Amino acid sequence: MGVDQMVESPFVLTNLDKLVGWARKNSLWPVQMGLACCAIEMMATAASRWDMARFGAEMFRASPRQADLMIVSGRVSQKMAPVVRHIYDQMLEPKWVISMGDCASAGGIFNNYAIVQGVDKIIPVDVYVPGCPPTPDMLLFGLMKLQEKIARQKAIDPHQTGEKA
Amino acid sequence: MSDLLVTIIETIIKGAIVIGVLMTSFAYMTWLERKLVGRFQLRPGPNRAGPFGLLFPLADGIKLFLKEDFVPVGADKVTFFVAPLISIVTALLAFAVIPIGPTINIFGYELHPIIANPNVGILFILAIASLGVFGIVLAGWSSNSKFSLIGALRASAQLISYELAIGISIISVILIVGNLQITQIIEWQAKNVWIVLLQPVAFIIYFLSALAETNRAPFDMPEAEHELTAGYHTEYGGMRFALFFAAEYINIVTVSAIATTLFLGGYLGPFVDQFPILGFLYFALKVFLCVFVFVWIRATLPRVRYDQLMSLGWKYLIPIAIAWLMITAVGVVWLGGSAPK
Repeated sequence: MGVDQMVESPFVLTNLDKLVGWARKNSLWPVQMGLACCAIEMMATAASRWDMARFGAEMFRASPRQADLMIVSGRVSQKMAPVVRHIYDQMLEPKWVISMGDCASAGGIFNNYAIVQGVDKIIPVDVYVPGCPPTPDMLLFGLMKLQEKIARQKAIDPHQTGEKA
Repeated sequence: MSDLLVTIIETIIKGAIVIGVLMTSFAYMTWLERKLVGRFQLRPGPNRAGPFGLLFPLADGIKLFLKEDFVPVGADKVTFFVAPLISIVTALLAFAVIPIGPTINIFGYELHPIIANPNVGILFILAIASLGVFGIVLAGWSSNSKFSLIGALRASAQLISYELAIGISIISVILIVGNLQITQIIEWQAKNVWIVLLQPVAFIIYFLSALAETNRAPFDMPEAEHELTAGYHTEYGGMRFALFFAAEYINIVTVSAIATTLFLGGYLGPFVDQFPILGFLYFALKVFLCVFVFVWIRATLPRVRYDQLMSLGWKYLIPIAIAWLMITAVGVVWLGGSAPK
């Protein structure tokens, strides 16, 4: 490690990044939004067998203003796209998105005019979870991957990772 | 040092301690509720941050503190900022007149574990509890959102209706004791019996109304998620939302503390006369018991409909409370009880 790097990431800020990253990853409140069949699996993830609450992520907030995480659970139709974007815009920074299932990630089996071919065409996605629909275990794995990502992010500008590019 | 100065310093220290304890209890009530609801639903509940998930409230706090600061377009800015403060201040104020333990003797100094002991303590509690509705109404009105406004209107209607039932059930207690001062009520219970044994109906009415008063399930109409998004705090995020959240939980602690003081004998219990320090433990235990029942009810019952809520309040609780008040009055006169001197 050279002197430049030490100046760039001072001791205090590095530790602040760690603390804030830890807090954010353990307090991921999803917005209460279900789009299609994947939403059923999302509900199962919050229920007793899989229990998303273990990660502190069971606080589904009905108001997007209070949520940190958007789980796009299912295919996004052309009509739903503006609504999804609207809800995403209503969420307060910092916010993260999990694209759940094949349809949300890439259109899936609905390769047609009515469905947006991947929700990343309208909002930035952090973690893609494949499957049709993904099992609750897979969604939990996606959540844990997102937690790892959040733990690496900076306190001030979360969408810029702490790692040197 | 003059007596006045001593009193002022003592009050400030006691106030700081009570606020600290209440804020901590708020943080850990969120943990307790998530954990308990998890257990009721056969889930482990939060357990990844710290032992038994004990660090989750800390994580939530840091996260909420660092969320984006937000005011909706067209909102009344001043009112929008002030509303959560009104909620939290009134929630904290009511605790000032509740004795959390017996008088203890520290190195010859008599310490009363109560911030203020006015001779109209119960009236003070009722007045402050009614003020809390202003925070909710102003929040709903200033947000410039239909969900907030409807949620706030419902909340205020609900709070005002159930305020009556609470007031009438407390009058029954006052009739028996013959005093409005809270320390006197506890002394009466020390000499006789816990009031819950004489006033079971009033206690049940008080508890049901307290559920509605604190906007808890099954009466959490103002926040009915399926119809009103998040009710009056729909447009609030980050720290201001946390203040509303804190106010709700501190209100639960406060109504539990009032139930403990008026009905369950406050800090009284075995061996309190010999070891006054036990009184704090008994008080905490009884409050915890009430809080546990609050969470238990939330995990058990579905939300009632708005008209059911109103009819329960106006058609059942208030008439029963009035009837019970008359029975109590007749009983006190008949038995020559402890009517005011």
